[in-house]
Amino acid sequence: MATGLTRFGRRMRWVPSVCNGRQFSTSVCDKDHNPPAKSFNLYTAINQALHIAMETDPRAYVFGEDVGFGGVFRCTTGLADRFGKTRVFNTPLCEQGIVGFAIGLAAMGNRAIAEIQFADYIFPAFDQLVNEAAKFRYRSGNQFNCGGLTVRAPYGAVGHGALYHSQSPEAFFCHVPGLKVVIPRSPREAKGLLLSSIRDPNPVVFFEPKWLYRLSVEEVPEHDYMLPLSEAQVIREGSDITLVGWGAQLSIMEQACIDAEKEGISCELIDLKTLIPWDKETVEASVRKTGRLLISHEAPVTGGFGAEIAASIVERCFLRLEAPVARVCGLDTPFPLVFEPLYMPTKNKVLDSIKSTVHY
Amino acid sequence: MALWLTRSRTLVLQSLKRKHAFWAAATPLRSSSSSSPNVFWVNGRFKSTFAMTQLHSLPFSDSDDEQALDFPGGKVTYTSEMTFIPESQEKRVPCYRVLDDNGDLLIGSNLHQMGKEVARKIYNNMVTLQVMDTIFYEAQRQGRLSFYVTSSGEEAINIASAAALTPDDVILAQYREPGVLLWRGFTLQEFTDQLYGNKGDYGKGRQMAIHYGSKKLNYVTISSPLATQLPQAVGIAYSLKMDKKDACAVAYTGDGATSEGDFHAGLNFAAVLEAPVVFICRNNGWAISTNISEQFRSDGIVVKGQAYGIRGIRVDGNDALAVYNAISTAREMAITEQRPILVEALTYRVGHHSTSDDSTRYRPLHEIEYWKTTRNPVSRFRNWIERNGWWSDEEETDLRSSVKKQVMHTIQVGEKTEKPPVADLFSDVYDVTPSNLREQEKQLRQDMIKYPQDYPSDVPL
Repeated sequence: MATGLTRFGRRMRWVPSVCNGRQFSTSVCDKDHNPPAKSFNLYTAINQALHIAMETDPRAYVFGEDVGFGGVFRCTTGLADRFGKTRVFNTPLCEQGIVGFAIGLAAMGNRAIAEIQFADYIFPAFDQLVNEAAKFRYRSGNQFNCGGLTVRAPYGAVGHGALYHSQSPEAFFCHVPGLKVVIPRSPREAKGLLLSSIRDPNPVVFFEPKWLYRLSVEEVPEHDYMLPLSEAQVIREGSDITLVGWGAQLSIMEQACIDAEKEGISCELIDLKTLIPWDKETVEASVRKTGRLLISHEAPVTGGFGAEIAASIVERCFLRLEAPVARVCGLDTPFPLVFEPLYMPTKNKVLDSIKSTVHY
Repeated sequence: MALWLTRSRTLVLQSLKRKHAFWAAATPLRSSSSSSPNVFWVNGRFKSTFAMTQLHSLPFSDSDDEQALDFPGGKVTYTSEMTFIPESQEKRVPCYRVLDDNGDLLIGSNLHQMGKEVARKIYNNMVTLQVMDTIFYEAQRQGRLSFYVTSSGEEAINIASAAALTPDDVILAQYREPGVLLWRGFTLQEFTDQLYGNKGDYGKGRQMAIHYGSKKLNYVTISSPLATQLPQAVGIAYSLKMDKKDACAVAYTGDGATSEGDFHAGLNFAAVLEAPVVFICRNNGWAISTNISEQFRSDGIVVKGQAYGIRGIRVDGNDALAVYNAISTAREMAITEQRPILVEALTYRVGHHSTSDDSTRYRPLHEIEYWKTTRNPVSRFRNWIERNGWWSDEEETDLRSSVKKQVMHTIQVGEKTEKPPVADLFSDVYDVTPSNLREQEKQLRQDMIKYPQDYPSDVPL
């Protein structure tokens, strides 16, 4: 993993710029109130959010494969001891069962927090998510809903995960009206966004960047707080080009921004956070200012969510654009083991694309 | 030992197959050098490691019969006789019934006391369902309805199972159980409004005909995908269990749907989570044109319950009394013992699959005719209540003509009732309509004004 880090330029610490008084910040990071915060990694932040969700709502449940002993990524550590095995429990190894069960539980007015062990294994539950969860409210004319449903799943590259422990399947779910898709970039974001997702009255698919579970460390307020869904955040202001991303990819993009700055290119970096329904306005405002757009994600470029952003922004900002919208994404191959460094949208790929877009 | 070899190999294979084996018990600061498969193997598969340790430490002796393997789930005895479990029992699981084909009470039948009023209501509802089906089917044939599905031949399962439940039991139906709604008080107008997708439809004209649902009547809105409601029923049952409710979830399904993965997921989850849910499978022999001989090789559905650790019964689905008894008892067991129960009701789909189907193309007429006449569940039950002096020819005539008039009236009303407004196209996708949908609605409204000829005139702006 250390090798991977060097190779991809992943940083051991996410150095968030959210506390710099940025006008777009939606974070709770409020210097005036200065809430107590300690440094935590991402999985601990998730764990805190789950504890708070369970504590604040007696009708909340956490379940999935191996969650009872704390989960393979330790995100559910301590929950079963604290809240009992009727509220925190292992399920059989069956994703369609987990999500189907969760929908039923949520339909009875509970908060069903289901874990899919890896996003790569969410596909057996695709039908339950696409045909059931997403349409539960609509098809009943709002007589029934499963809004209390949140499906958590670790996604993305991890250095040695290959085909079935690395995928970023977010685009599949972004094509489904009725679902929300949320991806945090850091511990503080993860805690606030997860609490919002759990309490949002709509089914949410919450993808967690598993590479950052332990690598990303930042100060996380210890209290109960929520970050708004469907609000993007400008995490770095700039004037020459807008970069849009989410999750783990943002740290790569930020490094590219820093390097580009050294060459005199001012980059604005936006964390989309919620992919559907997404915050077009923030991206549009930024592109109107910079005149250029680059989108980067780990998922294969073809049919990725970057395509949707590109099309929408071209529709809205065509005359303002000074260069074609650039996409720096995963290759259109399955996610490979040995070739992972070749597959990935690396910092230098992003940097090159920034330069060619700015100098178009 | 041969058996053991197989078993242990299975364990190894499961370990290999288990997709996250390498991730289990991952430690925070693991260096890349520690990622040798062996290390992960031990950490990751602690259960199988535990089992293997047990295997090696077993005190072997000459007499297999005296030994037992302490294995998760209970002791397993050994045998030196190599025996494969047969694929089926020699005799098929018998079918519980109370009334014979003529509606005569069988001697020694275990009958829950059914009073006159309940019996009359059951019969009344079965007839209502029949009349409703006939008229709606014809209305579809005349082009007045877009689609319809009849329950012909399955009236007893529909009504008698509903009669055995309480209004607090949550129903997750497939699509051939409108009788359950009827029993619970869904009005003929409510049925008709759904079929027309008019303003009276609780689903706001969004779903195909026959996708009923009623929050008030605890009947979860139907969706077309098969068996998806089974794992959902377990979630609902689990909630009832946590709330200590005197109620269960009831999931209906057909024989074809038992081949879906969700059927197996639902049964397994229900067993493991000890959820009070009654699974009712209407085995009517046909999934559209696919006969059960092409659907599964087990002795029907009831035997599948045992493999999941679920108690089950096979019942004559055309015997309303037997269905009533079986479901009453299943419900009671599900709630008092907090466990799932599987009920397989043998019946026959006398009608076509739907109005888009002609079943005479794939099954013989005499087969349909036999089930329609000799094994007719409605006439069988009528014979029984008539013999009890609870029903007369006169009442029969009055009921059928009265229901017919009522249904015809609801059609006239339903046809005239206006369609849901354009706003209902966009609402309820989320709890609050997001900006992309608001934009699309605005654009659509402009288009509708610009090109009115392109849009249905009966959808109000």
